[in-house]
Amino acid sequence: MAAAYPAGYKYTKDHEWIDLAGDRGKVGITDYAQQQLGDVVYVELPEIGAKLKQGQSFGTIESVKAVSELYSPVTGEVVEVNAPLKDKPETVNSDPHGSWMISIKLTNPGEAGALLDAKQYQDLIK
Amino acid sequence: MEQATEAPLKKTPLNARHRASGAKMVPFGGWDMPVEYSGIVQEHTAVRTRAGIFDVSHMGEIEIAGKDALAAVQRISSNDASKLQVGQAQYSGLLTPQGTFVDDLLVYRLAPAHFLLVVNAGDIAGDYAWIAEHIKPAGDAVAVDASSRYALLAIQGPAAQSVLQPLTGVDLDSIKYYWFAHGEVANVRATISRTGYTGEDGFEIFVPPQSADRVWLALLDAGKSADVVPSGLGARDTLRLEASMRLYGNDIDSTTTALEADLNWIVGWKKDDFIGASALRAQKASGVTRRIVGFEMLDRGIARHGYEAYVGDAKAGVVTSGTQTPFLKKALGMAYLPIEYTAPDTEFDVDIRGRRTRARVVPMPFYKRPK
Repeated sequence: MAAAYPAGYKYTKDHEWIDLAGDRGKVGITDYAQQQLGDVVYVELPEIGAKLKQGQSFGTIESVKAVSELYSPVTGEVVEVNAPLKDKPETVNSDPHGSWMISIKLTNPGEAGALLDAKQYQDLIK
Repeated sequence: MEQATEAPLKKTPLNARHRASGAKMVPFGGWDMPVEYSGIVQEHTAVRTRAGIFDVSHMGEIEIAGKDALAAVQRISSNDASKLQVGQAQYSGLLTPQGTFVDDLLVYRLAPAHFLLVVNAGDIAGDYAWIAEHIKPAGDAVAVDASSRYALLAIQGPAAQSVLQPLTGVDLDSIKYYWFAHGEVANVRATISRTGYTGEDGFEIFVPPQSADRVWLALLDAGKSADVVPSGLGARDTLRLEASMRLYGNDIDSTTTALEADLNWIVGWKKDDFIGASALRAQKASGVTRRIVGFEMLDRGIARHGYEAYVGDAKAGVVTSGTQTPFLKKALGMAYLPIEYTAPDTEFDVDIRGRRTRARVVPMPFYKRPK
């Protein structure tokens, strides 16, 4: 069953989403990405304080079959990590758009404007 | 498109059925195969607790017949086929003169001088050419690539017998492990074999290709009340890994001998000369310097095929299979290590994308079904 793509989120071509609130945003992977991966069994996340450039890898996600990198949609600093997700990585499959991985404080909030909106992203994966 | 210059993928007789059922399809060994239907974890769990149904028609079937068929099989197959009665099967290796693997296979004795060899899908034509060439000295025996005459379905899991029994007149109780019988399934001519690649009780069913879909649907229908699910190659791989069965191309290949793969039991030490015999006898006498082990991860992380193993700072070996196993819920794998590090409880490191991650040698099989 396909999850809806929240209209308030921004999306990347690498199949991450970011839910922005002020100069912060929570980041996860899209329903399309989790469908491609299959059963998620492992999530590796960065430390709080890690500094990321837009497009830089911030961790890995593994399904039974494959390993994928997680890429930061924006430049900034990791201010929060969803640690409980490590113990129940399968929620990425059951609730992809609710399963945030990191919260990032944006260095350059203007970057987010150039990301895809929900409609553009859904056109991309058609 | 990256596929454009390659040969088109081969299709089993059930290809349209898989696609119509919404299975996720992937290229595998030159075949267009279902990797999963409902999800690897769900299918894996179904096979361990109920049953799953697999299309394994991509496997190759090579028949050897003729007055000297036994001598021919004995020459190219490492196990001792003279121990097989008609109606019995055995696991074996197709070995090079160095004792390494051309392929692994099941050998079925259909009649005193008629054998069926079931080989991996990746290089059926290569296996056939190897066999046809190397049985020549054995005398009066001919090999035929009969793959196009067979579809092969598997039903695996504790409920396999109760689901299959109503579809056949063959008394399944009378088929012991690694034996087979001829009969019919869903009114289709079939050979029913009590074999599999999952570590569970179950059956592999050879049927004519044109009837494969009918048998597939009959199995699904018969399994409905037991919640039997169609399953793909993804679950097949995780199931065989939990059961510690070697996968050709991962755990065994042309660089690993049967002894290094810890498969001494498929070497017919007492029989006459066979391809690879002298190399294996020499290696047995001098002792292997490396051997496959099973391991579990102690640190968080999943070791996978191709990752390097370290003892201290020295590269010691390589992981050949590994994943997070759905039923045992542990990160498990197989690796080749120097013989001095192969004892259970020995610890070593796996390089997981640049991070040294602790692992421990554990006995195989990881999973053994309750009797």
